[in-house]
Amino acid sequence: MSTTSAIEVDGLVRRFGEFTAVDDVSFTVEPGELFGFLGPNGAGKTTTISILCTLLRPSGGSARVAGFDVATEPGSVRSSIGLVFQELTLDDYLTGSQNLAFHAVLYGYPASEVRDRAAPLLEMVGLTDRADQQVRFYSGGMKRRLEIARGLLHSPRVLFLDEPTIGLDPQTRVHIWDYVDTLRQREKTTMFLTTHYMDEAERCDRIAIIDQGKIVAIDTPDALKDSVGDDTVTLMTSDDATALEQIKTALGITGELTEKGLRLQVPEGESFVPRLFEHLTVEVQNVAMHRPSLDDVFIKYTGRDIRDAEAGGMDQLKASGMVRGFRKAGS
Amino acid sequence: MADTAVRAPDLTASGAATTRRDSALRRNYRAMLMVWRRDIIRLFRMPTRLISGIAQPVLFLFVLGAGLESAIGNRGAGGVDYQQYLFPGILAMSVLTSSLFSSMAIVWDREFGFMREMLVAPISRSSLVLGKALGGGSVSVMQGLVLVVFAPLVGVSFTVTSFLEMVGFLLLLAFSLTAFGMVIASRMQRMESFQMVMALVMQPMLFLSGSIFPLDQLPDWLGVITRLNPATYGVDAIRRAVLPGASKLDVLGWTVPLWADALITLGFGTAMLLLAVKLFDRTE
Repeated sequence: MSTTSAIEVDGLVRRFGEFTAVDDVSFTVEPGELFGFLGPNGAGKTTTISILCTLLRPSGGSARVAGFDVATEPGSVRSSIGLVFQELTLDDYLTGSQNLAFHAVLYGYPASEVRDRAAPLLEMVGLTDRADQQVRFYSGGMKRRLEIARGLLHSPRVLFLDEPTIGLDPQTRVHIWDYVDTLRQREKTTMFLTTHYMDEAERCDRIAIIDQGKIVAIDTPDALKDSVGDDTVTLMTSDDATALEQIKTALGITGELTEKGLRLQVPEGESFVPRLFEHLTVEVQNVAMHRPSLDDVFIKYTGRDIRDAEAGGMDQLKASGMVRGFRKAGS
Repeated sequence: MADTAVRAPDLTASGAATTRRDSALRRNYRAMLMVWRRDIIRLFRMPTRLISGIAQPVLFLFVLGAGLESAIGNRGAGGVDYQQYLFPGILAMSVLTSSLFSSMAIVWDREFGFMREMLVAPISRSSLVLGKALGGGSVSVMQGLVLVVFAPLVGVSFTVTSFLEMVGFLLLLAFSLTAFGMVIASRMQRMESFQMVMALVMQPMLFLSGSIFPLDQLPDWLGVITRLNPATYGVDAIRRAVLPGASKLDVLGWTVPLWADALITLGFGTAMLLLAVKLFDRTE
């Protein structure tokens, strides 16, 4: 492990009484990486994030964020990180600008600089016109966007995004991901993401799947999908039986005739399809390819569908209650 | 809805390297002021809070005041009648109640997230706690001062000096009771349990502080309890500012000087503040 890693977790353990919420977890996140943290509710995601954000103390092992030890240098960790939590942490009775100003003061920006920093961020999240309105009059999406702007205000080196788009409409989710992408390109901010949305997990450079306090898989989304099994290519041709023969002779792959066409299992579907066409003399009417999805990956490693793992509103609130109900976190 | 298009992100300004940041001390100082200011802003955003708290004190002042005055006569001592005697007590009572309850905001914040925004910021717990004690205290005093409009009705008048003196002692009392409330709040995870514990603490603290009845002719056991109540000294100071002629608090025959009233109140507040910092600082 290099000391320049953005996040460096080594043998991390967190117990709540008898219960071990995080059980010997180790991983490294490189600077600029978008790192996804997936797992069923109660798997230890929230507990791990709480430790990385210095809200919880580890029972064992170590964790460094932006080069600082979370247990011995919590102050330095706090100044290097930004947080966007799944639950709203804005003050409803302050305006958008005031929420940002409050944040700027907490992070030590002089008054003269507060406006300069806030203005482009408000512009970015499209809240310039609403900046002087109290947050309680905002819609859910606007609040979330303000939270994201706030999380970025102090240019954190590592940004924690805990279910940042939960409960938002698809359009707003797309916008939020636009900022996140831009931010990564411009500022090389390291991002640590938890999400229940598979399309968001797909965006990650690497994903760790955690279950019952242990990391059960950690790799790029593609590698994880490869680990589940081959791609499925389904062909409809003018003569499936001939096609079957030709593929068997030329490529050595035994297909299967089904009602929906000729089905083939191949390791890399994208590169396979062009080769396939070189060897076929029959007319191809339709080609479909199915890759194992991250859903399949999730099921393989945790035995659960990610949608089942998603909790209801109340459970979410409770599970995210890092500050209150420490003892319940991760249980 | 307003959740419409979002412009192309332009991060140039925030992307520019941070020019300068405050020193740790200055940052903590400004954070403390900000926590304070937040409470004041919130009070003015919810102006009903300014008058919602006066119903009970007004009821006490006029109903209890008039009723008991007719029953016991001018027992306020020191040449003041009972309603006059009661007035500073009611002021103190209003401040005491809202101070203790102002720490409810901490439980509220904890339940609804804003607390986390403060807890993960790179500032010390003491700035947060101190800012909160000042904020909660100031808000309570502003709420209490609304009652001053009733002073002429019960025959209480102020000079500029006595008014300022009273405000000073009200602030002191409010500050220490807010700190005390925070100690309780730091251990409470839920609103319901906070309210329950508060109700248990508040009533005795109120009634046994000399806010409603004079403490000079009590049975021994009650006399001892009232002198152990830290709020008693703040109430005494406030009354002496408003009614210079009223009887003074004595402890075991020693007439407590005003500076001692102030010192005891401040001492209690400081101790509670330190305890609150310690309790909030305990990362589990």
